[in-house]
Amino acid sequence: MNAKTKKTKRPDESAMSRIPGSPSNRFWLYLVPGVAMLTWIIIVPGIWNIYLSFTNYRGIKPPVWAGLKNWARLMKDDTFWISFRNSIWMIVAMVVIPILLGLILSSLIFDVVQKKFGPKAASTMRAIYYFPQLLPIAIASLVMGWIFRAENGALNSVLKAIGLGSLQHDWLGKPDTALIFLMLIMVWIQVGYPLVIFMSGLQRVDPELYEAAGLDGANWWQRFLAITLPSIKPEIFVVALTCTIAALKVFAPVYMLTKGGPGTKTIVPSYYSYTQFFQVQQVGYGAAIATALTIVIIIVAIAFTNLQQKVEAEDGE
Amino acid sequence: MSTMSAAELKKIAKVKKNRTAGDWLIIVLLAIGGVVMLFPFIVLCLNAFKTAADYNANGPLSWPTSFTLDGFIKFWTRVNFPEKVWNSIWTSGVVAICAVALSVFNSFALGIGRVKGRRWIILLIMLANMLPQEALLYPLYIMFKGIGLYNNPWSIVIIFTVIQSAFGTYLLSSVYGTFPKAILEAATIDGASRWKILKDIVFPISKPTLAVMLVFFFIWTWNDYMIPMAFLIDNSSQTVPIAIASLSGDRLMDVTTTASASLISIVPTLIFFLLFQRTLSNGITTGAVK
Repeated sequence: MNAKTKKTKRPDESAMSRIPGSPSNRFWLYLVPGVAMLTWIIIVPGIWNIYLSFTNYRGIKPPVWAGLKNWARLMKDDTFWISFRNSIWMIVAMVVIPILLGLILSSLIFDVVQKKFGPKAASTMRAIYYFPQLLPIAIASLVMGWIFRAENGALNSVLKAIGLGSLQHDWLGKPDTALIFLMLIMVWIQVGYPLVIFMSGLQRVDPELYEAAGLDGANWWQRFLAITLPSIKPEIFVVALTCTIAALKVFAPVYMLTKGGPGTKTIVPSYYSYTQFFQVQQVGYGAAIATALTIVIIIVAIAFTNLQQKVEAEDGE
Repeated sequence: MSTMSAAELKKIAKVKKNRTAGDWLIIVLLAIGGVVMLFPFIVLCLNAFKTAADYNANGPLSWPTSFTLDGFIKFWTRVNFPEKVWNSIWTSGVVAICAVALSVFNSFALGIGRVKGRRWIILLIMLANMLPQEALLYPLYIMFKGIGLYNNPWSIVIIFTVIQSAFGTYLLSSVYGTFPKAILEAATIDGASRWKILKDIVFPISKPTLAVMLVFFFIWTWNDYMIPMAFLIDNSSQTVPIAIASLSGDRLMDVTTTASASLISIVPTLIFFLLFQRTLSNGITTGAVK
């Protein structure tokens, strides 16, 4: 066995697993169940969906080949482009703001609360901020819709009670505020996810690093930039990628809070394709929207992992 | 490294007393943020025990004038709540375990086995996460109908296992990619086979990460809405979120009943989360370092 190990250690290290003496190709067996199920549940239906995007299909009679008709319509469809513009706002609300807040909150909780007020206070804080993540989206939407609704909603009641009754508004129903309030709700839902993941990443930072930095007179911000940020880089990538994907395909909150409205103010690609699939039964057109969305998501994911690899290579693993 | 010495503990206790005004300011600000985060929950609690008449007269923010459990009773009996909870626990539990197992196998091959083209395989697996769910509904509906799995809880178990394990594989394969080589080397000297290394070394050491994944998968599956709605049409096999969502369209249900229903529906998730709170603090990548 040992002799074999030596012999197989050729310059071509890439064909080797991380277990000495075990070539990589011996590991394929472990991928079989995962890849088989993936093919069945995702790949085949995904290709099927691409096929449907080239057909006329109303869900009852068999699909009829329609060539590029759905795609041509898509390019000229204003609603489709508006839905993607709204996706950018969803990325702001579900990725950018939650990650920034998550970084600040996790390092404050880890650095200040945990050290000065004890681990119990820190884990309580974390649980509180994580709370909206625990709520089924159906319930979170129900409660939020009820807080922001025009008639008797909690926010309007507060405004009335403090004498600002004139500011009452249909927060999710009027074009001027619908998108921004939907975004606020998404920030509220999302922030706990980066927080929890960043905090678990911070656990592995050597406390002595902080101590040394403290002795050198580094303030909180300097320590944050020099120690916190670089140590949780892998977590930041994981969170940024998964949240961006979630933001691009966000559906349930829009479906339950605004139905894309008023007008097309808050419409997003997923909701738009859903209405085509199940409300007007334009399955072919719905499939084209869903396929376009998938392509965008795949491009984003490849760009992300490219960047991630580059950064990992620079860090010299 | 994992256990603190008595001296270290003493040092922490000393630091703790050294709270500056800035520390207090930070914790007060964090607490205010926490109240904002919990505000919807507080509103929920305020109204869950109210009568409908009280709500109509005094609005959502007043203290209940009288305490009632009517909303809970109405919801409980109307949707057969214990049945829905059991359905949700069963689905989420089976999915969480299967998805973790699948993620471990995939990541063992990708992160430790370093099979060729692993980056593309990971991207391919991530497709499960990337594809918008509505794109899968028509094809899966036809497929499951063909093999008699439609309207069967196993259909959503299979779908969710694949979807959740995609995230699990992405996370875990990068964790396994940094698995300490010294440990693997020591194992080969003992002559352990690949399966033995996975079972006796990799799996136990990565348990903290797996526990976090288990919690996430359970909660995500519990909370999901679109797939159970599309594949489980029988009332008796539906899950908790669907029972709740069906209320919002029900004109016979008043707001306070909806509040009670929402409150009682999050109790099981809350219990689960509190039970596993501690596993979260052990960290998602602890298995990878040290």
